[in-house]
Amino acid sequence: MSGVQQRESAVQRKRHIGDVLLAAENIGLRFGGVQALAGVSFDIREGEIRAIIGPNGAGKSSMLNVINGFYQPQEGHIVWRGQRMRRMRPHFAARNGIARTFQNIALFKGMTTLDNIMTGRMLKMRATMLEQAVFWGRARREELEHRAFVERIIDFLEIPHIRNVPVGKLPYGLQKRVELARALAMEPTLLLLDEPMAGMNLEEKEDMCRYILDVNEEFGTTVALIEHDMGVVMDISDRVVVLDYGRLLADGPPEEVRRDPEVIKAYLGVSQD
Amino acid sequence: MIYRETGQFKTSYAADQAIFPIAQDRLGMLVILAVAFVAVPLMASDYWLTTILLPFVIYGLAALGLNILTGYAGQLSLGTGGFMACGAFAAYKLATAFPELHVLVVFALSGLITAAVGMLFGLPSLRIKGFYLAVATLAAQFFLLWLFNKVPWFTNYSSSGVISAPPLAIWGETYVTGFEATPRAKYLFALTVVTLLALAAKNMTRLKIGRAWMAIRDMDIAAEIIGIRPLATKLSAFAVSSFYCGVAGALWAFAYTGAVEALAFDINVSFRILFMIIIGGLGSILGSFLGAGFIVLLPIFLNNALLAMGMAEAVALASHLEFMIMGALIILFLIVEPHGLARLWQILKEKLRKWPFPY
Ligand SMILES: Nc1ncnc2c1ncn2[C@@H]1O[C@H](COP(=O)(O)OP(=O)(O)OP(=O)(O)O)[C@@H](O)[C@H]1O
Ligand SMILES: [Mg+2]
Repeated sequence: MSGVQQRESAVQRKRHIGDVLLAAENIGLRFGGVQALAGVSFDIREGEIRAIIGPNGAGKSSMLNVINGFYQPQEGHIVWRGQRMRRMRPHFAARNGIARTFQNIALFKGMTTLDNIMTGRMLKMRATMLEQAVFWGRARREELEHRAFVERIIDFLEIPHIRNVPVGKLPYGLQKRVELARALAMEPTLLLLDEPMAGMNLEEKEDMCRYILDVNEEFGTTVALIEHDMGVVMDISDRVVVLDYGRLLADGPPEEVRRDPEVIKAYLGVSQD
Repeated sequence: MIYRETGQFKTSYAADQAIFPIAQDRLGMLVILAVAFVAVPLMASDYWLTTILLPFVIYGLAALGLNILTGYAGQLSLGTGGFMACGAFAAYKLATAFPELHVLVVFALSGLITAAVGMLFGLPSLRIKGFYLAVATLAAQFFLLWLFNKVPWFTNYSSSGVISAPPLAIWGETYVTGFEATPRAKYLFALTVVTLLALAAKNMTRLKIGRAWMAIRDMDIAAEIIGIRPLATKLSAFAVSSFYCGVAGALWAFAYTGAVEALAFDINVSFRILFMIIIGGLGSILGSFLGAGFIVLLPIFLNNALLAMGMAEAVALASHLEFMIMGALIILFLIVEPHGLARLWQILKEKLRKWPFPY
């Protein structure tokens, strides 16, 4: 990860970390007999890059699903910009700019890259069905406006060559990138990334790190990401949450977390040099 | 970066977002429309107009309706015949109860009524998918046919259960429905309606609503996370699809046969239209018409081919052959090329565009 390590560490980057954007309070989530999450509390501040780490099955993906309302926890609350609720709802999350990528890519396989990314603009479009049927007035104006925005994302993520390819035909690494593009098209305030670099080679990982850092720095987009690559986590995140067996094991800046004896015991083990 | 100013690209997006961005396609469309609107009415015989071209454009419209629901939005339906019947009977009731209504108003209203009925039967789609949804739409098929067959009000108490389309004029004395209309007038009327609806479908499927349909079809979870409402989106697909099927049914009764009973729209019609979109291409507007053309022409072609070969008993043999060929093709397309004839056409076009230098 030399390319990434050459970067200034997160603290040195000049960014504004603001108020708490979202807080999870005492989240408890069960699937039948499986306690996926138990009493998990942490918060995400505006403008930060927040990492969620932990061994396989620790409940990381479940946590993101609770945050964007896809899972309904049996216990706890979600606080969004000071608004406390029993649970998040997917539509509320989307309206409020919580965007998300999935661990096992959830793209629209039969649609082109362009159409996939355009779906990210869906909530910003107002034209009625009738206006769309005749492609006139607002429908036409909106389409061109959003197309221009999406083209900028396509340029930014360096994927113009696959614009018109059905995403089902793309290799894994590019699919991950298209999924990020679709999330960015929502102009998210909070971007949830579930293992955005899994299965990528070194070069692809470096690209992905660069995109995440750029998005965060340029637009102040808050990022919460799950990642197994400790090099990446230490490098780009401001604060790290460690989950283990559904419980919160540690929470703090990366250097602190990596020295935490509990964490070393449960997760990092001897593999950490 | 993302927010960079890119005004200079605007004109090219506008061109790229046009309904037919490729020049050859635009030209091709113009040629097809010119042939359909000018050459055919000038040259085709009444026999061709009434027995081949009218059913072709009307089946094409119904197939397009089903394709919106099944091919684009991924909701399998076996209720197409029922929705066509709904459109036919709605048009009949409207035209007989309000004779002063203009024919276009009658058709638009019968489409809207069918859309409402379609949405009603689409409600279970929030909970059930695939096979089970198909069974639910089958219920719509049987219920609607039973209703139009058994409740005499729908046929204005006709003893035979047959409804006869009243003559309606597009302007002055130019009748486009009923027995007073010439085959040419009926054909041109149906063709105009179908062309306009096909263009509207082309626009809808490539814009916001179409992307929402396809997103629900491909990955409903991710669609919901993006903010697409599953129920509203599925219902909109049921509504638009049923509107198209309803107008197709009204055209069937008013412009094609002139008189129908409910049983003309039985389950065989639903299956026939499903086969059209499988052979023509799921999720393709062109495919809906290719499939309709194929299935309308296949029996005629077989009959003539067998007759030309001097076979006696050609009629029975032709219908057996028709079933076998259709069955084989459906299996073939389902396994090998779910995008059907439309996809084959696209591949051919790509080849032609690159010919003679493949690279
Ligand atoms: N939809 C579900 N139904 C049943 N059990 C589930 C479901 N989702 C998650 N679980 C269970 O909850 C636990 C936590 O799973 P989760 O996917 O959140 O872990 P994770 O930390 O993301 O793991 P990984 O690193 O492997 O992605 C696991 O035991 C998993 O089997
Ligand atoms: Mg996971």
